[in-house]
Amino acid sequence: MRYLPLSSDDRQAMLHKIGAENINELFIDVPDNALLKGLIDLPKHMTEMEVEQNFQAYSAASVPAGNVPFFVGAGAYRHHVPASVDYQIQRGEFLTAYTPYQPEISQGTLQALFEFQSQVAQITGMEVANASMYDGSTACGEAALMACRVTRKKRIVISGNLHPQYIDVVKTMTKFTDNIVVVDDPTVNKSENLLDQIDESTACVIVQNPDFFGNLTDFTALADQLHQRKILLVVVTTEIVALGAIKSPGEMGADIVVGEGQSIGNGLNFGGPYVGLFATRQQYIRQMPGRICGQTTDADGKRGFVLTLSTREQHIRREKATSNICTNAGLCTLAFTIHMTLLGEKGYRHLAKLNHSNAVKMADKLKALDGVELLNDTFFNEFTVRLNKNAAQVVEQLVELDIIAGLPVSRLYPHNDDLKNDLIIAVTETTSEDDMDMMISELKEVLSC
Amino acid sequence: MLNKQGRPTGNEAAANAGNTGFQSYTGAKGLDQPELLIYEIGNTNHTGVDLPEVEDFETRLGGLERDQEIGLAGLSEPEAMRHYTRLSRKNYAIDMGLYPLGSCTMKHNPRLNEKVARFAGLSDIHPLQPISTVQGALDVIDTLAHWLKTLTGMPAVTMSPKAGAHGELCGLMAIRAALAAKGDERSIVLTPESAHGTNPATAALCGYKVKAIPATTEGRVDLEAMKEALGPDVAAIMVTNPNTCGLFEREILEMADAVHAVGGYFYCDGANFNAIVGKVRPGDLGVDAMHINLHKTFSTPHGGGGPGAGPVVLSEALAPFAPIPYVLAGDDAFDIVEHDVEGGQSFGRMTAFHGQMGMFTRALAYMMSHGSDGLARVAEDSVLNANYVLASLKDVMSASFDGPCMHEALFDDRFLKDTGVSTLDFAKAMIDEGYHPMTMYFPLVVHGAMLIEPTESESKQSVDQFIGMMRHLVKAAKDGELERFSGAPYNAPLKRLDETAAARDPILRWQAPE
Amino acid sequence: MTIYYSEDHEWVNVTDKTGTVGISEYAQKALGDIVFVELPEVGDEFSKGDEVAVVESVKAASEIYSLVSGEITEVNGELETNASLVNSSAEEDGWFFKIEISDDSELDDLMDADGYKKFIAGLE
Repeated sequence: MRYLPLSSDDRQAMLHKIGAENINELFIDVPDNALLKGLIDLPKHMTEMEVEQNFQAYSAASVPAGNVPFFVGAGAYRHHVPASVDYQIQRGEFLTAYTPYQPEISQGTLQALFEFQSQVAQITGMEVANASMYDGSTACGEAALMACRVTRKKRIVISGNLHPQYIDVVKTMTKFTDNIVVVDDPTVNKSENLLDQIDESTACVIVQNPDFFGNLTDFTALADQLHQRKILLVVVTTEIVALGAIKSPGEMGADIVVGEGQSIGNGLNFGGPYVGLFATRQQYIRQMPGRICGQTTDADGKRGFVLTLSTREQHIRREKATSNICTNAGLCTLAFTIHMTLLGEKGYRHLAKLNHSNAVKMADKLKALDGVELLNDTFFNEFTVRLNKNAAQVVEQLVELDIIAGLPVSRLYPHNDDLKNDLIIAVTETTSEDDMDMMISELKEVLSC
Repeated sequence: MLNKQGRPTGNEAAANAGNTGFQSYTGAKGLDQPELLIYEIGNTNHTGVDLPEVEDFETRLGGLERDQEIGLAGLSEPEAMRHYTRLSRKNYAIDMGLYPLGSCTMKHNPRLNEKVARFAGLSDIHPLQPISTVQGALDVIDTLAHWLKTLTGMPAVTMSPKAGAHGELCGLMAIRAALAAKGDERSIVLTPESAHGTNPATAALCGYKVKAIPATTEGRVDLEAMKEALGPDVAAIMVTNPNTCGLFEREILEMADAVHAVGGYFYCDGANFNAIVGKVRPGDLGVDAMHINLHKTFSTPHGGGGPGAGPVVLSEALAPFAPIPYVLAGDDAFDIVEHDVEGGQSFGRMTAFHGQMGMFTRALAYMMSHGSDGLARVAEDSVLNANYVLASLKDVMSASFDGPCMHEALFDDRFLKDTGVSTLDFAKAMIDEGYHPMTMYFPLVVHGAMLIEPTESESKQSVDQFIGMMRHLVKAAKDGELERFSGAPYNAPLKRLDETAAARDPILRWQAPE
Repeated sequence: MTIYYSEDHEWVNVTDKTGTVGISEYAQKALGDIVFVELPEVGDEFSKGDEVAVVESVKAASEIYSLVSGEITEVNGELETNASLVNSSAEEDGWFFKIEISDDSELDDLMDADGYKKFIAGLE
């Protein structure tokens, strides 16, 4: 077995040193009938080549987004990631290191985390950020719970235009706490009045920008009104590239910003692993969940970095911790920060512009089709169209023609008939003019018959 | 040089490593190069990407254009490569040496797994693209689920939890939902004193009060104390097995029976599954739910803190309450169920999308590489290496409990009594010897704990060298070479860091100088 | 003005109905470098035994339980920016908060300075 270095002679010598006759003597504490007598009923070991062949077969049974005109977004976006990002994250010193609990021999991970936190704080327009959560959806749940701790109130009000799976995650995370979750109805092309939903017991309002349907909203006035009533505004961003083009949540007055960072540095990976971004105001840092990296000095006075404020965390605070989170998005965080460093201010803003420009192009092409209504007045790189037919069926028909046309809203809202003809379309820098034209011509065909 | 007792200090070489009487102009010590922050190297005009030009167009941003500079520093590609390469060299890693962190299972990460996880049909697929176009991915999830169920002897598994603690939350929520379905609201979860901090933190997040069960002098859960604490208000016990003292809970069947007798459930923390994989099935031990850290037992890389994955195996009684989504294998195709069925009892959704696909691929490649025979050998070799460490060090260090241990060996600081050296000092001195320290001060049930987990990835030669190094340090401590410990590490890129200052006056991001 | 101590190493200095509360010199030594003190808010009411504050070092957090019942009238704002005051002056400048004592019979369970001195001598 290529991964196991001990030889049978080694094993004998070691057993001898231990004073055991055979290996099962070391399992003496296992109840007799629980120690298996033979091998478990699974295939025996395979060569590297055989394993690789198996996975080639799995891979061949799916359609990679890069092989077809592709327009699905809704919380995960296909962007181009520079080759050097994937090279760096596969360096053994990053890939095979543990959580940096021994700072003297973990400065690589720690400095990268400090730079990551700085970038996230800048992009979101907030004062501080943590070293990441599992993904955007769980970060959103954590933000809701944090808002309740900060305000010492229980009620969580959620915009109907928050990603529906994020809504579900918040509901699940608060299912057995004594919180009350109020969710507005989804409104594809109308503004919602969230102020109607708040009361004295409200801890926070959670909104998304750009929202699930792609709309952009200025939440500055909402933030002001919430702050007058000591309610926190939580802003979610599932497409972090958008913040290269639009005003940051911090500039609008957000108190907590959470985001999905997958778009920068990370592939689609069928939904995970991704990067949960989490940023807030300095005054709330001791209520923030997750690991945090901070700057300090070593015994010689040299600058260095450590994990800090750990008394918030489970390994010290146990049942009184701010969260039960331990493992975070580590390596995906590194991929994010490397990609962001390669982009820099200039590249990040240009990338955002490119995405928006492509999306505008596609929206205009679609708008010109019979049977297609563009529902958004504003959008970044994603928007919703209403078709003259059931969107899920249209998508299925287009799959047959090797086009992955977008997300039929009904997949996430199966019981909402008002939304059954709605299709959410994402366009990024990876979408070519040819992709758009193929989609337009085939869609025209499908809608007209 | 002689110390105050007139003995040679022996740490002269260590103290002067890299300091041959002059300070280099750059602050570098040969290959150990200092590295500035990206903000100090680059600026907002640098970039390491070339993107196509954008023609003028009418924006649809509704007046929300970002008009302030963000302040992001950019680096050209060569600068970026150098920056991150230099940073990487300030990290310890499994690829560099034995990484004896107890309860963390720092084993070899095969690069085959990295390769297959990047195959386009597994990595370049969107979680919400049509189900007919992701059949290969669903096959991977279904196959991995089969392996996990078979290895644990459990009837069901839920795949979406993103890490161990997320899996714990999943298991406890299933338990709470199952009790609620019976109209049986309970308020207490029992955890042993030696439990990981995530256990009580999870129980609290699930709305439960936590009661700690003491350990016996043998380092195991005190069954009598547990029985006394059990009652109609106890929803579950959360027990790590093998436990965090590195011992198999001999009375595990009795514990399971006892909690079942009062109508509660047995949650097993599977963090230490590596010791028994392929040898013992938790399903035969009365377990109702257990998470499996794919980043421990099944070698998905730790990546400096994540990502992980924490699928949870469930008993028949708990399976109906599992979260969505789940994969269904039909006669000719796989489906993924994303909404609870009519009249379903799922407690909800734990994450957007379907879980840590990238980790699933790697874990399955690891499992297939080993097979049933290789996985049993993983458990055996990990237990053998740990017992070999225990047997080879117990005459000079203080083993907390009698062996045999499972895949990790626990020592405490009694052997350092009167040396003036603490567990922390001892650990930092290991750094100077080129090793990552073991887990320290955990579990809490012994004083100054040192928990050593060599894993099955280490050769006998490697373990022998580690043992030799540890014996050498013990002798140095007992010989009074205090400085060698109190100022350690001397040979790392940095000396000990001031964690008090970091926490008193937190600096959590870069700020442009005034 | 009378000072009382508890077995949890807290002190309360009573003037009329107002008690000033902190942790003892012995406690600050045992905790090591204090990095943060989480204080209650003025106006909060507590019963004897309630968790009222948290004192944190780098690797530990210890809850402070109220020695008496009453309402918080003042907190030591200095600690927010300079928690190390608790290390340098635990029983004077490093006080945590003032509480309006609602039932001074609760003070009867506490030790006086001499009693506490003997108590900690017994611990060593």
